[in-house]
Amino acid sequence: MNNPIITLEGVEKKFGNNHVVKHMNLEIAEGEFLTLLGPSGCGKTTTLRMIAGFEEATSGIIKVEGERIEDKEPFQRNVNTVFQNYALFPHMTVFQNVAYGLTIKKVPKKEIEERVMEMLRMVQLEGYEKRKPDALSGGQKQRVAIARALVNRPKVLLLDEPLGALDLKLRKQMQIELKRLQKKLGITFIYVTHDQEEALTMSDRIAIMRDGRIEQMASPKEIYEHPATRFVAGFIGESNIFDGKVVEAKDGCLTVETDAGCLLVQGEDFSVGEEMHVSIRSEYLEVSSSPVAGFTLQGTVKDFIYQGSVVKTAVDLPNGQEVKYSRFEQDQTVSPGEKVYVFWRPEKAVAIKKTEQEAVE
Amino acid sequence: MSTYTAPKKKNLLPKIAMAGPVSVWMILFVTIPMLYVIFISFMSRGVFGDVVYEFSTESYSTILDPTYFQVILKSLKAAGLTTVLCLLIGYPFAYIIARKPKDVAAKMITLLMIPFWTNSLMRLNSWLLLFQTSGPVNNFLVNTGIVDKPISFIYTDELVLIGLITNMLPFAVLPMYSTIEKLEKSMLEASADLGANPRTTFCRITLPITFPGIFSAIILTFIPSLGIYTVTDMLGGGKVLFIGNIIKNQFGSIRNWPLGAALSVLLIVVTMLLIFIYTRFAKIEDMEVV
Repeated sequence: MNNPIITLEGVEKKFGNNHVVKHMNLEIAEGEFLTLLGPSGCGKTTTLRMIAGFEEATSGIIKVEGERIEDKEPFQRNVNTVFQNYALFPHMTVFQNVAYGLTIKKVPKKEIEERVMEMLRMVQLEGYEKRKPDALSGGQKQRVAIARALVNRPKVLLLDEPLGALDLKLRKQMQIELKRLQKKLGITFIYVTHDQEEALTMSDRIAIMRDGRIEQMASPKEIYEHPATRFVAGFIGESNIFDGKVVEAKDGCLTVETDAGCLLVQGEDFSVGEEMHVSIRSEYLEVSSSPVAGFTLQGTVKDFIYQGSVVKTAVDLPNGQEVKYSRFEQDQTVSPGEKVYVFWRPEKAVAIKKTEQEAVE
Repeated sequence: MSTYTAPKKKNLLPKIAMAGPVSVWMILFVTIPMLYVIFISFMSRGVFGDVVYEFSTESYSTILDPTYFQVILKSLKAAGLTTVLCLLIGYPFAYIIARKPKDVAAKMITLLMIPFWTNSLMRLNSWLLLFQTSGPVNNFLVNTGIVDKPISFIYTDELVLIGLITNMLPFAVLPMYSTIEKLEKSMLEASADLGANPRTTFCRITLPITFPGIFSAIILTFIPSLGIYTVTDMLGGGKVLFIGNIIKNQFGSIRNWPLGAALSVLLIVVTMLLIFIYTRFAKIEDMEVV
């Protein structure tokens, strides 16, 4: 990457014996919207806090625009943070909150006023400048927090689950607003969330983290369609994952033997005898009353799960694994207790290599 | 037409049940005694130290007499100094405790409170024993050659002040601790994030947000140290007179109840004034929200 705005090289963080971030390497391009996505405790927030300067990296290098900043205090770094709980100053008005950073930097009063009002306009909070944070709704508080950070025109904006406390509808609306704001201002965003949908909606790139490591870093489309590891496949979207061994590889089509039966998947670069995983999204899984060539997965329809936009059908396989497929309407061709054959088009499934990490585990 | 409808009787009952006992208690043991004190302060003193029920403002003019006025000023000064020192010592103390993990903080608070579970007379007496001419402190100073002859610590204004501070410190620390403890760490991080160094963060964020605790500490140390007489009696040996001692003496040995009552009224007024300032202050804060 040419001139990344933020570089992390071999960054480690330990809290006592707890190894939270493990040898993290990361490069973020200027103007990029990067999301750190992962379950709680995966080290995503700690990574963000190390960039902000609230946590000191145990080892490793952090650079902003090529300049090392590990030893700088938070107030000396040209990055700003939007906090999960907003962290608005309760004794100050909205205006004073947003103006805080500029006042500290001794920006002329007139300029402060102009920039704050412009920022409040941008986050649609005109007319609220005299209110105290207590008199604002959650969504409004969030806008103030964003305005307070952005008014300083930081090189990078760090956002720590900023929408976590909002209700679903408002969250979706704010996701789109934030993304538009980011595009308009061209500021690099590093966004931490555990909400995969949020990550897919907003990001240019997503780094999926697990146990202090990045499992995969790619565009939302790439992550969704080509998960690199079993963990990513399971974390993003709703997938059915099979663990098995390649028994035949022919013309890029693999026959994989699992303890539920045999199945087909497209995949290059696999050899016979290799252990691997197969992921198939619930929207691509199909069932039939008669066997399909290449598949020997037979199961029993368990029940239907109504989810509004889709209805899922759960099928129990003989090895105890449960697979699900989704349709826009309830599948009328089957009923609970019925025996069905499970299959899919081999090109719809993803063949996933077993990682070294898994071998250790 | 009024939209007000009288509350139904059955709705009123729980309210009476809840507020009743407290109100009765407050009226019996606070309001009536206070009114009685004010009443007495406007009466005259009889020849034999009894209260003669004749209206008089003599007691109040006596207060303005230089001898008494000096004592009042001195008391105000001492109480003020005690308060300021308690804040200066107590705030960092409270801050340190508040930033410790919960279990450590609880232990530190307990340590702070332990002296207050001992009887105050015993505590003050032990101070006297410690600091008297032949006490351990002086023995140590003389034996190690730091001083030639024992220092007379006891019965001085300084020892009284130290006594007041040790007496009042927990009342300063506790309210400040509770507000500092509620101050979210992310608030300080946000300030640092926006470019403020630790000093600026302290002045602009920490102090203003924890101000209610500081004000409670002021009220809780200033008012009692204005009225306290045990510390001055014991450590001052009767030589150091504060307003509290005079009140006690007027009701006790001197038997001039109206004067004692007038001085008490003065204390009540000062207290109310402080509380009035506090509520006004809080109200302004609220009004800005709307």
